[in-house]
Amino acid sequence: MTTTVLYTILSLSGLGAVAAMILYAAAQKFKVYEDPRIDQVEEALPGANCGGCGYPGCRQFAEALVKADDISDYYCPVGGNDTMKEVAQILGREVAEQEPKVAVVRCNGSFQNRKRTSIYEGPSSCAIEASLFGGETDCQYGCLGKGDCVEVCDFEAIFMNEETGLPYVIDDNCTACGACVDACPNNIIELRKRYKKDRKIYVSCVNEDKPAAAKKACQVACIGCNKCVKVCPFDAITLENNLAYIIPDKCKLCRKCVDVCPTNAIAEIGFPPRRNKRRNAKKESADQEQSKNQS
Amino acid sequence: MLKTFTKGGVHPAENKITQDKAIEKAGLPKKVIIPIAQHIGAPSSPVVKKKDQVKAGDVIARSQGFVSSNIHASVSGTVAKVDHVVDASGFKQPCVVINTEDDQWADGIDTSDALVKDIDASAEEIRQKVLEAGIVGMGGATFPSHVKLSIPEGKHVDTLVINGVECEPYLTSDHRVMLERAEEMLVGIRLLMKALGVEKALIGIENNKPDAIAHLNEWLGDDPQIEVYGLKVKYPQGGEKQLINALLDREVPSGGLPLDVGVVVHNVGTALAVYEAVQKNKPLVERVVTVTGPSLTHPTNLLVRVGTPVGELIEAAGGLPEDTGKVVSGGPMMGKALKTLDAPVVKGTSGILVLPQKWAHREKELHCVRCAQCVDACPMGLEPYLLKQLAERERFEDLEKNSVLDCIECGSCSFTCPARLPLVEYIRYGKTNVNQIIRNRKQQ
Repeated sequence: MTTTVLYTILSLSGLGAVAAMILYAAAQKFKVYEDPRIDQVEEALPGANCGGCGYPGCRQFAEALVKADDISDYYCPVGGNDTMKEVAQILGREVAEQEPKVAVVRCNGSFQNRKRTSIYEGPSSCAIEASLFGGETDCQYGCLGKGDCVEVCDFEAIFMNEETGLPYVIDDNCTACGACVDACPNNIIELRKRYKKDRKIYVSCVNEDKPAAAKKACQVACIGCNKCVKVCPFDAITLENNLAYIIPDKCKLCRKCVDVCPTNAIAEIGFPPRRNKRRNAKKESADQEQSKNQS
Repeated sequence: MLKTFTKGGVHPAENKITQDKAIEKAGLPKKVIIPIAQHIGAPSSPVVKKKDQVKAGDVIARSQGFVSSNIHASVSGTVAKVDHVVDASGFKQPCVVINTEDDQWADGIDTSDALVKDIDASAEEIRQKVLEAGIVGMGGATFPSHVKLSIPEGKHVDTLVINGVECEPYLTSDHRVMLERAEEMLVGIRLLMKALGVEKALIGIENNKPDAIAHLNEWLGDDPQIEVYGLKVKYPQGGEKQLINALLDREVPSGGLPLDVGVVVHNVGTALAVYEAVQKNKPLVERVVTVTGPSLTHPTNLLVRVGTPVGELIEAAGGLPEDTGKVVSGGPMMGKALKTLDAPVVKGTSGILVLPQKWAHREKELHCVRCAQCVDACPMGLEPYLLKQLAERERFEDLEKNSVLDCIECGSCSFTCPARLPLVEYIRYGKTNVNQIIRNRKQQ
């Protein structure tokens, strides 16, 4: 009896030892050298695997960083400048500092501002709705409100506001990875420069229709009246296809354009209340609307 | 045993309310909105501008490229604007809007009812006239007809199939054309045969139109070249691939055209338009549209000008009923809900369907239980439940491998699904993206 047990143990241990030797030999023979810096760089990255850098995940981005001779074109939007500096240190290379950015939703077509003229009952997805028809309102450029952007966000930084039917961005959580920008079929969401105290000035509209049609579809549509372009002291506003656009790099947040906009299409967020009451009551009510969308 | 296609198919309630209503000529619309892209292929380029005077039959947009089509003014009057207007697709499309002034036709157009039976034109002349007249497939697909008449090198066509199936429930426009314009349509068929150089034409008609079958047989007498076939009623028999399968027992290969099996298919409405274009020199500016719905007071078949706003047709049919929930352009299976009643009738509009509130809404979606009823119903032998899941997960490469582009969007799968899943919507979304991927690949 004991001999049987003994033989069993011995033969199995022997088998194990032989297999271990073969495996060791194979591991030595077919060894693949991997740069240890890849692991280091990956460690330094945030590990969100969001794809904001253009690579499938942090590991692939780390590999690309280690392989590249010049890493100034590479940027991790989630980790930001700090992470990139750390990566540069590990790799002993230079990185250019980039401005922090934040996603903004360029549509203010809430249920109140933009009438629903038809009912859509198909699959609840902006992409599918956009492929079938121009949306439930008369504005075929604006937010479809099915929340494709919310679905793709890995950072809980964007939510649908039930009251307005529009998505809103929580600036503190937003890492500017760009997932929502890609998900939006109407290209409403834009990554814009992050100003101090998360202040924002942007044209909250993407409607390229002629003024009458745009205004009919939505109360707060940009009608391309050119007033903001004329009033801007920094040449920061361009007008194309009946739609104004504020260039973030040129804008100095002076808010002159906000005052002249006849349809309140320019969003002004994060500023303290103004001292001089230049604006009329109508304007104030619109501001309340705007802050409601944002809260 | 009546012929029909082999794979899949469903049989929705036929509801052909208007089948006994003779074609009425609709009054002239106050204005027409004519989209410059009413066909598959390149959009035409407008040749008129604001304030131009046009007569009915004048070209207002020229075809761009081979797969494209001319667009003609359907009324005489002044061009009000050339602008983007919401059409039946629900998108804003470039359109020419004409304010009607009087009823004048361009020179050289014969608007009389006299039948011109003798065929003088040569095959090439017929093709040229079809191209000039802007004729497109009038069954709904709106593929430019002159392309179908130009047989490429190396292909051989032996049979012309005429599609008088009209398998969509409610629609009766083709049925009425076959009853009331049979003689002209038959001349049209002979013209098509001459253009294609074929000796044989088959007309496929579903057996729920026995009067049309009898009527055509009467006109044909013992013509050896044209035969009329009664087919078993089954949807989507009007799909050209299904019709070829039913009539000739040939199968069009995946991704192929009817040309690959030696067949060309044209709709009865197209045959009539070809007759008018070649024998009467009249471009495609009018078509028969069924205006129907269970609660309409006066459902009817109307001969209307292309570009007439849908609202005017509904007025002619007794006005919009109070319980209206949805107005569909086309039939209930493949039609598209309209966003606005100002959307115009186009060359491919075969019907306007007004549905009451109780039928207008989608029922609650349940989960797919893989019962495979959609697989049984699919006339193209696809697996709709799988395609839906792949499209939902945006796996477009896999969709392409699963032949999503063969889908004819007939809606049989959605119709039969016990979980009421919107299968066609997902598949259509998948197709759009797969087409995009293929285009990108070609560019590289």
